[in-house]
Amino acid sequence: MSDGAATSPNDGLDGFEPVIGLEIHVQLSTATKMFCSCPLSFGEPPNTYTCPVCLGLPGSLPVVNARAIHFGLMIGLALECELAPRSSFHRKNYFYPDLPKGYQISQYDEPLCRGGRLGEVRIHRAHLEEDAAKLVHVGTSGRIHGSDVSVVDFNRGGTPLVEIVTEPDLHDPVRAREWLELLRTTLRQLGVSDVNMEEGSLRCDANVSIRLGGSVALGTKTELKNMNSFRFLERGIRAELARQAELLRAGEPVVQETLHFDPQTGKLSALRSKEEAHDYRYFPEPDLVPIQIDEDMVAAARAQLPELPAARVERYESEFGLTAASARHLAFRVELGAYFEAALAELARAGDGHGGVDAAPVQIDPAVAQQLANWISGELVRRLGEEDPADSRVAPAQLARLVALISQRAITAGAGRQVLDRMVQQGGDPEGIVETEGLGAIASGDEALAGVVAAAIEAHQGAAEKIKAGNAKAMGPIIGYVMRETKGRADGAEVSRLVRAQLGLEN
Amino acid sequence: MSDPIALSAAEAASRVHAGALDPAELFDAYQSRAAADELNAFTWVAEEPPTATAAMAEGPLGGVPLAVKDLFCTRGVPSQAGSRILQGYEPPYTATAVERLEQAGAPLLGKTNQDEFAMGSSNENSGYGPVLNPWDRGRVPGGSSGGSAAAVAAGLAPWALGTDTGGSIRQPASLCGIVGLKPTYGAVSRYGMIAFASSLDQAGPLTRNVTDAALILGQMVGPRDRCDSTSLEFPESIELPTATRLDGAAIGVPEELSGEGIEDGVLRAFEETLHIAERLGATVKRCRLPHAPHALSAYYVLAPAEASSNLARYDGVRYGLREEAETLLEMYTRTRRDGFGAEVKRRIMLGTYALSSGYYEAYYGRAQRVRTKIVEDFRAAFEDFDLVACPTSPTVAFELGARTGDPLAMYMSDVLTVPMSLAGVPALSLPNGMSDGLPTGFQLAGPPFSENRLLDVAFALEQAIDFDAVPARA
Ligand SMILES: [Zn+2]
Repeated sequence: MSDGAATSPNDGLDGFEPVIGLEIHVQLSTATKMFCSCPLSFGEPPNTYTCPVCLGLPGSLPVVNARAIHFGLMIGLALECELAPRSSFHRKNYFYPDLPKGYQISQYDEPLCRGGRLGEVRIHRAHLEEDAAKLVHVGTSGRIHGSDVSVVDFNRGGTPLVEIVTEPDLHDPVRAREWLELLRTTLRQLGVSDVNMEEGSLRCDANVSIRLGGSVALGTKTELKNMNSFRFLERGIRAELARQAELLRAGEPVVQETLHFDPQTGKLSALRSKEEAHDYRYFPEPDLVPIQIDEDMVAAARAQLPELPAARVERYESEFGLTAASARHLAFRVELGAYFEAALAELARAGDGHGGVDAAPVQIDPAVAQQLANWISGELVRRLGEEDPADSRVAPAQLARLVALISQRAITAGAGRQVLDRMVQQGGDPEGIVETEGLGAIASGDEALAGVVAAAIEAHQGAAEKIKAGNAKAMGPIIGYVMRETKGRADGAEVSRLVRAQLGLEN
Repeated sequence: MSDPIALSAAEAASRVHAGALDPAELFDAYQSRAAADELNAFTWVAEEPPTATAAMAEGPLGGVPLAVKDLFCTRGVPSQAGSRILQGYEPPYTATAVERLEQAGAPLLGKTNQDEFAMGSSNENSGYGPVLNPWDRGRVPGGSSGGSAAAVAAGLAPWALGTDTGGSIRQPASLCGIVGLKPTYGAVSRYGMIAFASSLDQAGPLTRNVTDAALILGQMVGPRDRCDSTSLEFPESIELPTATRLDGAAIGVPEELSGEGIEDGVLRAFEETLHIAERLGATVKRCRLPHAPHALSAYYVLAPAEASSNLARYDGVRYGLREEAETLLEMYTRTRRDGFGAEVKRRIMLGTYALSSGYYEAYYGRAQRVRTKIVEDFRAAFEDFDLVACPTSPTVAFELGARTGDPLAMYMSDVLTVPMSLAGVPALSLPNGMSDGLPTGFQLAGPPFSENRLLDVAFALEQAIDFDAVPARA
C-alpha cells in the first residue's frame, strides 16, 4: 500500500462513511515537571531527573507548575476554547509500574479548556495531566508480558501533558493527518511544545468508526493507540477503516476495543494491557486545591499568542494573493513563512521608488509574491530539505533580489537556479554571482544570439524540417542546443521567436 | 540537680536557656528511658544526640528532645508508618514539620509506634505490635498516635509529634491523660507525612501540659509550606497561654456530642469541668451540631476512599516489601497481601468500593455533602459561641483485644472527634479527671485559626482542674 495515492482516501469503503476523532497528548516544554521542580529530561541517563514527588515516595506532595497552566491557557486560546474560571485535578487510579503513585493526576469534570475549534474540527476539551514513566522491557517480546526483565526510567514521569480531545469531525484518513499537522504547527508556533511525534512529545490516538453514508448514528468505535508518525496515523486509520468495512460487509459486528497498529506489517492487533476495561475511580485530588483562573492569567496567555497558522493562511491568500496550496505550505512550516515574509519585505523595500525603511507598506504585485513563494517552497526547499532557511547561507533579502532579477528578466529562470546553487553552497549576492559567472540574460536583438540560433538550426536540420511542417514540439533539440551554448542565459521565448524567424515562419 | 524527667518540656527548655541544664544530659536521660521502653511505644530510638545539640539548645525549643510518630519521614531513619510493607524503609528526606522543629531546637529522640498508616483507635493495628497504656498495661493507649501518647505519659519523651485524621491525636491523649492538639487543617505542612486521608490528616503535638503544646505548636505553624499546596499561612504567632479567668467566654455544648453512648465516669468528669469553666467566668450553654450524628458514617466513606488511593503506591515496585512472583499481577497481589494488615485491607476495600463507578454518588458524593453540612454546622455554632466542648473519647482506655473483633465498636471510639476533623477546625484534648483509675479527656474546639484562644481557655481550665495524676513511672 502506498501513501498519498492519487485515489480518494475512502475508496474501497463501499459507501461507508468514516467517522474519526483524535486524542492528542502534547508534552509541554516547561522548564520543570508538572508537580515537582525536577527539570524535564531529554535522554539523560535513566533515573537521574527524579525526586520524592515524581518517584511517588511516601509523604511527598504535588505542587502545580504555574507555567504549565499558562501554556494550557495559551493552547486553549489558540483552539478557541472556553477557559474554565475554576479548574481542578482528579486522581485516575490504576496499577502499573510506570505509574509510581498508583494514580495519575489528571483532570476530569473541571478541565482547563472546553469546546473549541481548529479549522473544521471542533475541540471537545483540553486538560492538563502528568506523563507516566518509561517502561523498558528487556527480552524478546518487547511487551511486559513475556519479557525477561522490565525496568522503569522515571525521568519522563511527571512531565506536563496537555490532552486534547476532538469531536469526531474528521471523515478521511488524509484529512486526519493534515489536521494533525495543522495542530502540530499551531502548537509549535505557540512555543509550548517540541511537538515531535518520533520523540513522543506529540502522541496521537484515533477513535475510528464507520457508518452508512448519510446516517447520523455513530457506529461502534475502536481506539487506535499511539501511532508515532503522521504517516502511521494515516495508514493505521486507513487499515482500521478497511477492517471495519470488511467486518460489516461480512455481516459481523465491530467490537469496541483498543488496537495497536504495526507499521511493519500493516496489521492491527488488540492490546492486552493496562487499558483493559478499567474503573479508574476518579475522585478530586485532595492534595491540590482547585486553580482559580483569573483575568490576569488569561490576559498574560493572550498576550503571548503569536499569529497562528490558520490565520496566517488566510492572510497570505488575502493580502498577498497566494494560491491556497502555497499559502498552506508556507504557513504550516512556520520557518518558511517567516522567511517568506522577510524576503517579501525586501522586495517591497526595493520596489520602484517606494524604498526606505519608514515607507508605508507597499502593495506587492501578486504575481511577484507568488513567484517568491514558489522559489521558497520549490527551489530553496529542494536544496535545503528540512533545514530552516534562516540558518542557510541565503539571506531572505538575497533570495528576494534573485527573484527580482528573474521577474525583471535580467536573468532567466534556468540561470537563476544556477545562481541559487552557488548561493546555497558558497553564499554571496545574486548580482555578484551573475556578474562573475556571466549568467546575465542575453538581450533580445543580440547579434550573437542570432548566430547561435543559426548554428543550432544547422546542427538539427531534421528538426528544422519538422518545425516547418508545423510540428512545434520539434523545437526542443534546437532550444536545448542554444541553452547549452549560452549556459542558459538565453530567454526561451526569444530563442523560439528567432528560430521561427530564421526558418521563415510567422511569429 | 533535680530529675530532668520531672520537668515539663517548657521548663526544661527555659533551664537550658538559662544554662542550668545541659541539653546533652537531658537528651541522654530521655534516650536511656526510651531505649528501655517496656510499652512498645518506640519503633526506633536515636543512639546518641545529634552533633549540633549545643546549637540546637539556642533555639526556642531549647534542645528538648522530641519523639516523632513513625509516619513522619525522617531522612536516613526508619519511617514505616507502623506497616510491614514499609519495613526498614529509610526516606531520602525529612518531613517539613519535623525539620521546622529540629531547626527550632528539638532533636529527634525516636520514632513512635502507631496503628498501621494511622488506621486505628487502639494501636493494636500496628505491624510492630500493640503499645501498652502506661496507666494499665492491660489496656490500649488509644490510637493511632498511641506510641507518642504513651511515651509522653510515661515520661519516655518530653513531648511528641502525632497526626490526627479522625481523632488520632486527641483520643490517645485522652486515654493516656495528656494534652493533645489537632491544629486547623492546613496550619501544619503535610509534606513528608505518610498519608492516610489527605483532606483530613493534620500534624499536632502531644504534651504533658497546655504550655508545652503552645510552645511547640508555635514552631510548627507560620509561613505556608510551598511543598504542600493545602498548607496555609498562620495569621498570627502562637503565644504562651496566661489566662486564669474565662470571663466573657461563651462555650457551647453540642447536644449531639454530650449524651448518648458516653460512659458515666467520662460524663461526670465532663460536667465537672463545665462547672469549673462557669466558675472561672465562662457562660456554658447547650448548642446544636445537627449533622454531627452522620459524621462517623461520612468519615468512614471519605477517609477510606482517599486511603485506597494513597496506599496504591505500595506496590513492591520501588521501595518497601516486595514478594517476588512470576507475573506482575501476582507480585502486586502477594506484596499487598503480606505487607498490609487486616484493618488496612478492610479500609482499602471500603474505599475502593465507595469510589467505584455506579456507587460513587451514593457513597463518596453523599459523604462529601454531609461533610459540607458539618462545616456549616460548626460555622453556625461559632457565630454564637467562642468554643464548643464535649468529651474527647466516650470511654476511658479499654482492655487490649476488647474491640479487635468488632470494627464498628472500634470506630465508635472516634465518634466525638471525627466531626471536628471533617470541619477542619482546631481541637484540643485536656486531661480533666479520673474514672476507675484511668484518665478522662475534655475536648475544646474553635473556629479555624483560633488556636491561641483554645490554648488560653485550656490553660485556665488546666490550672483550675489541677490534674496532677501520673502513671507509675519505671
Ligand atoms: Zn521530581
